[in-house]
Amino acid sequence: MKLQPQEDRKRFQRLRRGLLKTQQSLTLPLERLFKGKRAFQEAALEQLEEILIEADVGVATTREIIDSLQEKINKEPSLSGSALKEHVKDHILSLLQVGREAATQLPSDALQVVLVVGVNGSGKTTTIAKMAYQLKEEGKKALLCAADTFRAAAIEQLEIWAERVGVGVVKGKSGSDPAAVVFDAIRAAIARGMDFLIIDTAGRLHTKRNLMNELEKIRRIIGREVTGAPQEVLLVLDAMTGQNGISQAEEFLKFSGVTGVVLAKLDGTAKGGVAVAIARSFGLPIKYVGVGEGLDDLLEFSPPEFVEALFSSNEELISCPD
Amino acid sequence: MFERLTERLEQVFKRLRGYGKLKEHHIDEALRQIRVVLLEADVNFKVVKEFIAKVKEKSLGERVLESFTPTQQVVKIVRDELIELLGGEKSDLIFSSKAPSILMLVGLQGSGKTTTAGKLGKWLRKRNHSPLLVSTDVHRPAAQEQLKVVAEESGLPVFSDNSSSPLKVCFNSVKIAKREGYDVVVVDTAGRMHVNKELMDELSILKKEIQPTEVLFVADAMTGQDAVRSAKVFNESLDLTGIILTKLDGDARGGAALSIKSVTEKPIKFIGVGERYDDLEPFYPERIVSRILGMGDVLSLIEKAEAAIDRKEAQELEEKIRNESFTLEDFQSQLRHIGKMGPLSQILSLFPGSTKLKGMDLPDVNEADLKRIEAIINSMTREERLNHTIINGSRRKRIARGSGTSVQEVNRLLRQFAQTKRMIKQLNLISQGRRGIKLPLPFFNGN
Ligand SMILES: Nc1nc2c(ncn2[C@@H]2O[C@H](COP(=O)(O)OP(=O)(O)OP(=O)(O)O)[C@@H](O)[C@H]2O)c(=O)[nH]1
Ligand SMILES: Nc1nc2c(ncn2[C@@H]2O[C@H](COP(=O)(O)OP(=O)(O)OP(=O)(O)O)[C@@H](O)[C@H]2O)c(=O)[nH]1
Ligand SMILES: [Mg+2]
Ligand SMILES: [Mg+2]
Repeated sequence: MKLQPQEDRKRFQRLRRGLLKTQQSLTLPLERLFKGKRAFQEAALEQLEEILIEADVGVATTREIIDSLQEKINKEPSLSGSALKEHVKDHILSLLQVGREAATQLPSDALQVVLVVGVNGSGKTTTIAKMAYQLKEEGKKALLCAADTFRAAAIEQLEIWAERVGVGVVKGKSGSDPAAVVFDAIRAAIARGMDFLIIDTAGRLHTKRNLMNELEKIRRIIGREVTGAPQEVLLVLDAMTGQNGISQAEEFLKFSGVTGVVLAKLDGTAKGGVAVAIARSFGLPIKYVGVGEGLDDLLEFSPPEFVEALFSSNEELISCPD
Repeated sequence: MFERLTERLEQVFKRLRGYGKLKEHHIDEALRQIRVVLLEADVNFKVVKEFIAKVKEKSLGERVLESFTPTQQVVKIVRDELIELLGGEKSDLIFSSKAPSILMLVGLQGSGKTTTAGKLGKWLRKRNHSPLLVSTDVHRPAAQEQLKVVAEESGLPVFSDNSSSPLKVCFNSVKIAKREGYDVVVVDTAGRMHVNKELMDELSILKKEIQPTEVLFVADAMTGQDAVRSAKVFNESLDLTGIILTKLDGDARGGAALSIKSVTEKPIKFIGVGERYDDLEPFYPERIVSRILGMGDVLSLIEKAEAAIDRKEAQELEEKIRNESFTLEDFQSQLRHIGKMGPLSQILSLFPGSTKLKGMDLPDVNEADLKRIEAIINSMTREERLNHTIINGSRRKRIARGSGTSVQEVNRLLRQFAQTKRMIKQLNLISQGRRGIKLPLPFFNGN
């Protein structure tokens, strides 16, 4: 699935805050400090470590980035600060690049099934509403499937969104078998000639074996009904998630064949750096980012912008929201 | 994927046994390992930095006690400091002397406020309170409907009013509470970002007007480094009275607990351990510390065990564990209790280093196995049961014959028992000097 890039103006407004700060903070540790002598270099490396760890990139990935920088310095001691900065950015970009090339468009005549999974409260249902909205704007026919039959008022929540967007929902009874709802939804989507079916699933912790098995079963049913489906399995990750995101990705990948990550709630101060570690460990690309609770608050993921934002300072964000 | 702290430290101290004192360079290396463990557990970078400095100060020059390895000593210092940082004691809910008490739940989007409202309501009712749930979330689609369902499922009364402002809804709910005799009003609020000034202001006005007895920050245990920022802003605008940490039923290490505690200095009052309304537990610092350090949740296990065994028996057992006079007879009696404590895999997951246990030779006990183990132990003489070391080859053969099992099975049982004893010894060392720490029931092979 391909969502159109946001209108330039809007996108710019969203990212403006972060980017403005970037110039100050990234320049500070990396450029200015690298200009100096050995002692400054040490300090700069330490500061880089702090920035990366505080962005939730994690100890192992941070170490890899710093080691590579250190190696670069050793090899070419006379490199300028800005060249070193570029080295760091390029390194992270290369980690984020995984799996992106492979994102080829599938033949558009088959029903495109998008299965949305993730831990509790990460932003799945809202992300689905946003996706449906964008598809609708693009003139595509989308149907939603309310396969969260567990959480209180989960069906109602999706229904309200669907109504706002103007798309249909297939639902079952609260407490009923989600796989059965999925089955019905696929049949309905095919009968009504839909382009997309987006399936909302109940939030579940990746450690709960029975719930993960349920997901596996849902996936199996989709594959049985539509050859090659689900074409997209999106893991919605809350941007504030720490290192637990890694085991989330690992387990959801194992049980539901995740194809990409959506980083929701990136409109706070969390940087979502664990997604870098996830890309590095499992080759899972980040596909979209959520930047608010409105229908138009879903952006296509842009690696360069993300890297800039990783290095942006937060302190001022808090004192001057929008 | 995480190495336990103890394992990392064992590596550091491998060659250092027998030193009289911890030297600075030993400590530095140990602290580096501790730092990594804490960062991997999502404790905030700056919080870790301060903490490490403090531990260093404490460890330098500390004498290594005779019965301690350096690892045990450092683990103990780290553990005690962390527990101290987390507030030492558990902290209860505050109630107003004049009913109704108002509990307000606040936090970021999706942290678990609405679900926690139901859990708290249920918790309160079990303690003879009469709670009323109130939704002020006019923002999220179906938020009020969600609380209604939560209330229905947990058998609690609920009040909401789509057409009024949050403030008005609160005032009305207090009126209703007074009129109908509800003594606690649990107010669910819409999730919001700490950077959203408008919504944060709305909350602080709400707080000023309704004067809640508790303002509880509901935070997701999977939160990473950013926990310090959101908690700080929420605390500054609302002067929180406590924290509830949700979603601890997964494998998140929960370092956010430490981060949030250290920036707000407010007590963590409850933890959420599941999606059902009974899944709310009081917060015990020791447990989260073990979890952050990757040492397993020994204490939860003890509680489970205690619920299954009567107190006196538990006390006797604890005594035996302390004296390390635990015998095969005790082992047998413990095995009988397993059935009452839930599935073995769940119990074992609470043990220190349980991640390492996966491929090990566990007494995976089902009814049939239990019978065989009992049969083996029953075929021993009392002397053998009290002192397993005398059970030599010919005795093993006899026992196997007598119990209708094989020598291999007898060997396996004895091995498991020996491992259990070894674990008891280790646990005793680690917990030495800490009052109130009880030891787990040994019925599996430790490490
Ligand atoms: N600020 C912000 N809030 C978001 C974003 N995405 C989702 N949310 C909010 O996060 C909360 C949880 O979102 P849901 O979509 O219900 O999450 P979910 O994963 O479906 O939750 P469960 O089904 O309960 O597991 C809601 O209050 C959403 O409005 C985002 O990008 N930014
Ligand atoms: N596994 C687990 N899930 C939990 C726990 N507490 C809440 N949840 C789940 O987390 C998700 C979000 O919970 P909600 O109660 O809707 O969160 P909220 O803070 O009210 O969300 P907003 O109102 O959108 O800000 C739901 O799927 C809950 O079932 C917990 O302790 N463990
Ligand atoms: Mg949902
Ligand atoms: Mg809510």
